Amino acid sequence: MAITQAEVEHMARLARLDLSEQEKALFCEQLSHILSYMDQLRQVPTDGVPHTSTVIEQSNAFRDDIPTPSLPVQAVIANAPEAVDGFFVVPKILENP
Amino acid sequence: MTYEAVIGVEVHAQLRTATKLFCGCTTTFGLAPNTQCCPVCIGMPGSLPVLNKRAVELAIRAGLALNCTIRLSNRFARKNYFYPDLPKGYQISQYEAPICESGSLDITTNGHAKTVRIRRAHLEEDAGKNLHEGDAATSRVDFNRAGTPLLEIVTEPDLSSPEEVDAYLRALRDILKYLDACDGNMEQGSFRCEPNISVRPAGSSDLGTKVELKNINSFRFVKQALAYEIARQTKVLASGGVIHQETRLWDPEREVTVVMRSKEEAHDYRYFPDPDLLPVEISQEWIQELRQSLPELPAARAKRFVHDYRLPEYDASVLTASKDLADYFEACVRLFPNPKIVSNWVMGELLRELNARGIPAQRSPVSPECLAKLLQLVDEGTISLKIAREIFPELYASGKDPETLVHEKGLTQISDAQVLEQLVEEVMRQHPAQVDQYRRGKEAVLGFFVGQVMKASGGKANPGKVNELLRRKLASDTPSGS
Repeated sequence: MAITQAEVEHMARLARLDLSEQEKALFCEQLSHILSYMDQLRQVPTDGVPHTSTVIEQSNAFRDDIPTPSLPVQAVIANAPEAVDGFFVVPKILENP
Repeated sequence: MTYEAVIGVEVHAQLRTATKLFCGCTTTFGLAPNTQCCPVCIGMPGSLPVLNKRAVELAIRAGLALNCTIRLSNRFARKNYFYPDLPKGYQISQYEAPICESGSLDITTNGHAKTVRIRRAHLEEDAGKNLHEGDAATSRVDFNRAGTPLLEIVTEPDLSSPEEVDAYLRALRDILKYLDACDGNMEQGSFRCEPNISVRPAGSSDLGTKVELKNINSFRFVKQALAYEIARQTKVLASGGVIHQETRLWDPEREVTVVMRSKEEAHDYRYFPDPDLLPVEISQEWIQELRQSLPELPAARAKRFVHDYRLPEYDASVLTASKDLADYFEACVRLFPNPKIVSNWVMGELLRELNARGIPAQRSPVSPECLAKLLQLVDEGTISLKIAREIFPELYASGKDPETLVHEKGLTQISDAQVLEQLVEEVMRQHPAQVDQYRRGKEAVLGFFVGQVMKASGGKANPGKVNELLRRKLASDTPSGS
């Protein structure tokens, strides 16, 4: 199964990646290889086999509802490109027209 | 042609846990920005989420109270999108397998009962908060709310008017508050509602194109926004136009809905199972245990109030809307076993004071014991009903014992026959013309005399005794003027 250049561009947009024309062609080819491997896997009979969402055969790792210390605010915003008064500062978010 | 509205509602209810869904940061509202954050909830590489058991319990309790089926085998999924309030680039949610499914909630609107089907309710984490005021070129982001547990509750499109939506939201909020699952505060955003609405020719079975509504943070706005949207869509369709599938924001200032700038490719979330979280298996025993711990819910309690206390349905629904208030009422009735009188006072005097200050019944300065004692004083004839009503605001403000307050203010009702007789005679002397009128058969003048005696006594005379005394004196004494 092959993947189209348009599909690669769509995924790049969703992942906020700016790809050059060469990269698009390269990923088109590589992703098509991966998908053909999936086609190969699909031939294995899996009727009655539950979906695998985890490879650890355990369930119910719970935590009690008891507070633990948070980070100091300086540590939280340490990697922020910009911060003011403890807030992260980002380019204006447009929610209205 | 007439049109009808078809409405479904999505509610995001913040679950009342002390800590977030996947980490131990607190969920307290209103703290300084980014002070309730840790590597897990701000998406630091290598951090691992661990599920809060209490959040799962609250979700199951809510599901049971909404007559849902509880899913035994649960997974969490990642919903992927980019937005500045989403630190990880994905939200941990549930996708094809929500924890609660196929429930229902009964509502009543103008005496008309309806069952609203609940399609699903699932657990997910909240995002942070964007603030837009201030510097025009930037927005600020606070992640204190990021990771707070939410229960997203989705109805089938069973609602058909703003009033029904209002009734549904109130009933849902009351239930969640009874369960202690959510504090139901719309203004603070702990109970957020997003209706979707379409209109169609009345009687048609096809669904029209639906519009989602956002930015509705009060019950009043819900009704306003829906009424506006029904009118808008009806007008568009009636003039041969087309409704676009879009999200619209309620603008409370202009009282209109406006199109929200659509996020590019917003609906391609690429859900997949979150590999950082283990499956959640819920046992029948756990469900049973939680079912048994459910409190009596508002609808059942209202029914019991009508049956056991012989209250009108209206009283029962007002009193049971909040667990606090219903508890208050029952505590008071235990001490003063006249339910209708207690109901009148709770719904009248007490709620007036509480609502004016936005205080829950639980924290009322006038305790159920205190109100019962006040009613007792009226019942015994120590004070008049009028005086009791008059001193209630002071009782509320001072938090004093009613007996003490009545004493301090010298308000004890005058029942002493001698004192009353003097008052009555004095009033009759002052108003000979009215005395004559009465004696010529105009009995309505009696009310005038009662009023005058009450006034002369500063409202303290026992009205029953005054009445009796006046009738006797007016009938028997010799005419004064003629």
